[in-house]
Amino acid sequence: MKVVVGLGSCGIAAGARKVYESLEEHIKSNELKVGLELTGCVGMCHLEPIVDIYDDLGNMERFVKVSHDKATELLTKAMAKDEDIAFKISDVDKEAIDKQVRITIENCGIINPEKLEEYIEKGGYEGLKKCLTEMTPEEVIEEVKESGLRGRGGAGFPTWFKWNAALKEKATPKFMVCNADEGDPGAFMDRAILEGDPHRLLEGMAIGAYAIGAEEGIIYVRAEYPLAIKRLNIAIQQAKEAGYLGKNIFGTDFNLEIRIKAGAGAFVCGEETALIASLEGERGMPRLKPPFPAQKGFWNKPTNINNVETFANIPWIIRKGGSAFAAYGTERSKGTKVFALTGKIKKGGLVEVPMGMPIKDIIYGIGGGILNDKKFKAVQMGGPSGGCIPAHLEDTTVDYESLSKVGAIMGSGGMVVMDESTCMVEMARFFLDFTRKESCGKCIHCRLGTKRLLEILERIVSGDGRDGDIELLESLSVEVKDGSLCGLGQTAPNPVLSTIRFFRDEYEAHIHDKKCPSKACKALITFFIEDNCIGCGMCKRNCPVEAISGEPKLLHLIDQDTCIKCGKCYEVCKFDAITIS
Amino acid sequence: MGCCGSKDLKTHFLDESVDLSLLDEVLDKYKSVKGSLITILQYAQETYGYLPLSVLEHISNETGINSSQTYGVATFYTQFRLKPVGENLIMLCKGTACHVNGADGIEEAITEELGIHDGETTEDDLFTLNNVACLGCCSLSPVMMINGETYGSLTPQKTKDILRGIKKESLALKEGN
Repeated sequence: MKVVVGLGSCGIAAGARKVYESLEEHIKSNELKVGLELTGCVGMCHLEPIVDIYDDLGNMERFVKVSHDKATELLTKAMAKDEDIAFKISDVDKEAIDKQVRITIENCGIINPEKLEEYIEKGGYEGLKKCLTEMTPEEVIEEVKESGLRGRGGAGFPTWFKWNAALKEKATPKFMVCNADEGDPGAFMDRAILEGDPHRLLEGMAIGAYAIGAEEGIIYVRAEYPLAIKRLNIAIQQAKEAGYLGKNIFGTDFNLEIRIKAGAGAFVCGEETALIASLEGERGMPRLKPPFPAQKGFWNKPTNINNVETFANIPWIIRKGGSAFAAYGTERSKGTKVFALTGKIKKGGLVEVPMGMPIKDIIYGIGGGILNDKKFKAVQMGGPSGGCIPAHLEDTTVDYESLSKVGAIMGSGGMVVMDESTCMVEMARFFLDFTRKESCGKCIHCRLGTKRLLEILERIVSGDGRDGDIELLESLSVEVKDGSLCGLGQTAPNPVLSTIRFFRDEYEAHIHDKKCPSKACKALITFFIEDNCIGCGMCKRNCPVEAISGEPKLLHLIDQDTCIKCGKCYEVCKFDAITIS
Repeated sequence: MGCCGSKDLKTHFLDESVDLSLLDEVLDKYKSVKGSLITILQYAQETYGYLPLSVLEHISNETGINSSQTYGVATFYTQFRLKPVGENLIMLCKGTACHVNGADGIEEAITEELGIHDGETTEDDLFTLNNVACLGCCSLSPVMMINGETYGSLTPQKTKDILRGIKKESLALKEGN
């Protein structure tokens, strides 16, 4: 019998560590013949902490939202094969996983990321062995070409093309770099892979390094992911000891060392050339392309950079063949993609589906629909570089082409769902606030343009919008796009343009009527107490500025001049007597 | 009196109470490895809790990287801070998912409870609040991380309770000493 506890960052935050510790203690003190393992994130973050119990035949039963004080009871009942057992996963939640096609995160939440042998059992390092012993670098690249794999980090550039360009360069040494600086707020699939299946990344990088002829690999990982760094370090050490990294791998003359470089926090370092500058110990400012990194990258040597998810597809592609991968997806977007489903969604987490699935199937079919059954308004895709897709376009399929047609991008796969209470102008302001802070300052249009865009958006949400502001936003957006060197500036105005395109009426309501249709912008809303107030005094007691007056059991009143619109009264009123207008 | 950068001004900023020898090991290892500035700064911050100006100056002297460049790198990345932080560092996630699910309300609750805004430290040096872009725990939003521990599905009340608990613990620890 074996018990597996999900110990990814999100599981730990939900209390999984305590569950693990109480089980560990219980097994030890009672000398039970039960194996206890940890695993990464299975992607069902809303159900954490998750405990999988395997019987001796290897059949697995999954238990969710396990509380640490009941964990030992759960184990005792499972051992006694008691049918009356709590925390069992519901059929609906089970189906949510069955509806997915898992390639990249197939091992996440299944294997113990700190044990090499568990990765090996799942076919680990077979792909690397096949490449080194049976294939030439050209054949490896050909296989990746056949798979149709495109970069999963943002722009969706064909992976084989970048590898081929680096292979053709004569200069040495060459470098294979992994971009694990997952900076897009709202995306965490890379973290899940790093924490849940780190050997997969190492194998993918090793295959890539062989294909381009690199003998040094660097993983540039966010300092905000301490657990990922820890597990990567363990994996690198294990791979070295087992001979999957180091000299003469699989008895061939291929050598590879991989090291970790902890990033220091800068969104712009997701851009290839900025990342290289950061690797060289400088400020992460983008450089002019060409020369491309494949020609002159790290220390001016040929360098290839892919992101974590891209690399995580590679071992599977080599093992099962490029055509098996290309069997999933659409004409031009092959394979599967992991999405981080978050925001106002019932069942948030990671989902991996074939490209070309309609957005509504992901949101309703897998995500279970909108939180509190509110009305679906829009989904934001691609983070600060992407756009909002409104509810009426919910049939849009997730592939590179369809998404860019509606003004969004695949990006790294963040999918933030919004309901009717989210103000789209405020959302645009939020993203511009982010990009303004993250602009490295090299290009004037990006440095100052994002600031000006933000100022205009701020005045609109605070009720001081002027005639012509929408047009001003539009023209300035175009200029920022044109005047910026790298992807950050070129895409920074996207959230503005896409919200204007689909929610122009909301902008107009803010500017001309001084109203926020979503009732979210504080400067544009007023709280009232209606006649059905019974005078319980709850609002009065909770008001932080004493703006509410009234005798017990009589209608209360809000003094609008004192009210700071914090919404406390609205939250605490049990009789729905407080309305927002 | 010379212009900025003159010796007088430099000594004005330097703090002699900082023990620079703590950096000897890392400097010996990395000072001649090119491209190691960020690694050295990360180590220094771990050692001192922040980057005192005298440490930046020392790193520049030892590595030969000029001080404007060292300062430039130290101020470019969000991880680095030039001021000391409180005992407990609150990293409040302001990523998209947290924003949609009410991170602003959580920030207000922290401000109400501790009287500090983003980047500030309480007078008793117990807490520092830092807003960060994304902690990668989006499905538990809103989220904050205190001393490496993640707290998810926050409400304003829950946030206040967590802070009170930590404050109590910190004070008890101090009294115990």
